Amino acid sequence: MKVIVPIKRVVDYNVKIRVKSDQAGVDLANVKMSMNPFDEIAIEEAVRLKEAGKVTEVIAVSIGAAQATETIRTALAMGADRGILVKTDEAVEPINVAKILKAIIDAEKPDLAILGKQAIDDDCNQTGQMLAALLGWPQGTFASKVEFDGDKLLLTREIDGGLQTLKLNIPAVITTDLRLNEPRYASLPNIMKAKKKPIDEKTPEDFGVTIKNHLEVLKVTEPPVRSAGIKVESVEQLVAKLKEAGVIG
Amino acid sequence: MTTLVIAEHNTVKLNDATAKTVTAAVKIGGDVHVLVIGSGVDAVAEAASKIDGVAKVIVADDAIYAQPLAENFAALVVGLAGSYDAIVSPATTIGKNFMPRVAALLDVAQISEIQGVVSADTFERPIYAGNAVQTVKSTDAKKVITVRTTAFAAASQGGSAAIEKIAAGDQPGLSEWVSENLTKSDRPELTSAKIIISGGRGMQSGDNFHMLDSIADKLGAAVGASRAAVDAGFVPNDYQVGQTGKVVAPELYIAVGISGAIQHLAGMKDSKVIVAINKDEEAPIFQVADFGLVADLFTAVPELDAELGKLGL
Repeated sequence: MKVIVPIKRVVDYNVKIRVKSDQAGVDLANVKMSMNPFDEIAIEEAVRLKEAGKVTEVIAVSIGAAQATETIRTALAMGADRGILVKTDEAVEPINVAKILKAIIDAEKPDLAILGKQAIDDDCNQTGQMLAALLGWPQGTFASKVEFDGDKLLLTREIDGGLQTLKLNIPAVITTDLRLNEPRYASLPNIMKAKKKPIDEKTPEDFGVTIKNHLEVLKVTEPPVRSAGIKVESVEQLVAKLKEAGVIG
Repeated sequence: MTTLVIAEHNTVKLNDATAKTVTAAVKIGGDVHVLVIGSGVDAVAEAASKIDGVAKVIVADDAIYAQPLAENFAALVVGLAGSYDAIVSPATTIGKNFMPRVAALLDVAQISEIQGVVSADTFERPIYAGNAVQTVKSTDAKKVITVRTTAFAAASQGGSAAIEKIAAGDQPGLSEWVSENLTKSDRPELTSAKIIISGGRGMQSGDNFHMLDSIADKLGAAVGASRAAVDAGFVPNDYQVGQTGKVVAPELYIAVGISGAIQHLAGMKDSKVIVAINKDEEAPIFQVADFGLVADLFTAVPELDAELGKLGL
């Protein structure tokens, strides 16, 4: 069984982002970039399935600028077998990402695609679902547990108010939630080994996908700032203030 | 122009998120229809017909919709899409699950979690965990949109829309529902609660969360937690308020022993009144709190409980 894991290079989750003063976007110059945290969970899950003998090959795919190669190397160091970089300097919307991934899947014929549920830059939470739709595959989104049940998947999902378990036909698309696993740190020997693993370089055109954007970003602004209120001296005073504000009693 | 709103419900009751999504749909403009998908959902359809601003309620009532499977929901909605200029759903775990599938099948973009409607084709949405706001203009003839419901007030009651039944759509048969394990609680749900009291790592243990329960019972509040408290195993993940958990905007948010990491603030900073109780006066939570109390929570929380008791709550 072959697994494909799409990964995205994003601003590191520890970085406090800055909006550009001309409102053209978020300042990415000299900012630390890392693999999207939910994608790390996706790689980890695929590698664990391989270690458990359920999966034979893990392919990491990234769509983006040349530097996305570093992100693929990280995935290879975590245990993925090979990489595919689809090189483009344009911002690619989820629907276009899904189209490129579909073309790769048509060529590679994996049984599972495991994606992060959302990227922490655009917070779209769309690509996995869109990919499943284009492929005509079932989807198990926001997964917190993945098991095999004969030739099907038993997948537990995080939903509003609790957990839900679904049985999915294979091939299937899975998107990861935080609880699925805790991603490993790549060891130094594995980082060295990853340098020898192959990465294919492609372009969207190689997959017959012309990137047509559907959305135009007019501006990016700072959210309204909430200012600090007052410090109260005692619980008694706090309760009095809350009564005054009309939120209790 | 006509907009289709997909109702959120639990078979017996229409979720408040629906009326909030109707408000967003009305701002987009044109007629608003509500689609109720489910099995045995007459009461839900009835409730949807009473929302102000709704011109028509469409009901797809069939056993295949007893559980919200994305594959089945998407097939139905795509079949109806021809008559609509915009398809809008609350950004709940159900909406987030099936809506991108609808968008892909229609070959359009999805505009996720809008928090503002600028015009019929231009929307505001949070990016980077709410640390920036993006204004996007859609060039698609048909728009697929999910709505961050905390950003919109619920449409009022008083409508009397016609209810029309339609046949079920295709059932692709790709997936099947096995079971559900919902956290049982007599308290309101986090996303609809008017008051929330949340605990952080400072709570030190799951047992200590019971101190918050007592206050929650007095206030009719929901109990939440920061990601740190969830990661430490104090409480289940569905308690989590924050960018990777639930985004809430209650009338009153009481943060107890929560330092105020960016990821937590992103999930609660739109609350009307924020109270922070923390012994570290440098904690970032105080920068967004309307009322801050620098105190040991193990003294302050029982005191608060007692004070509320005095009010007869």
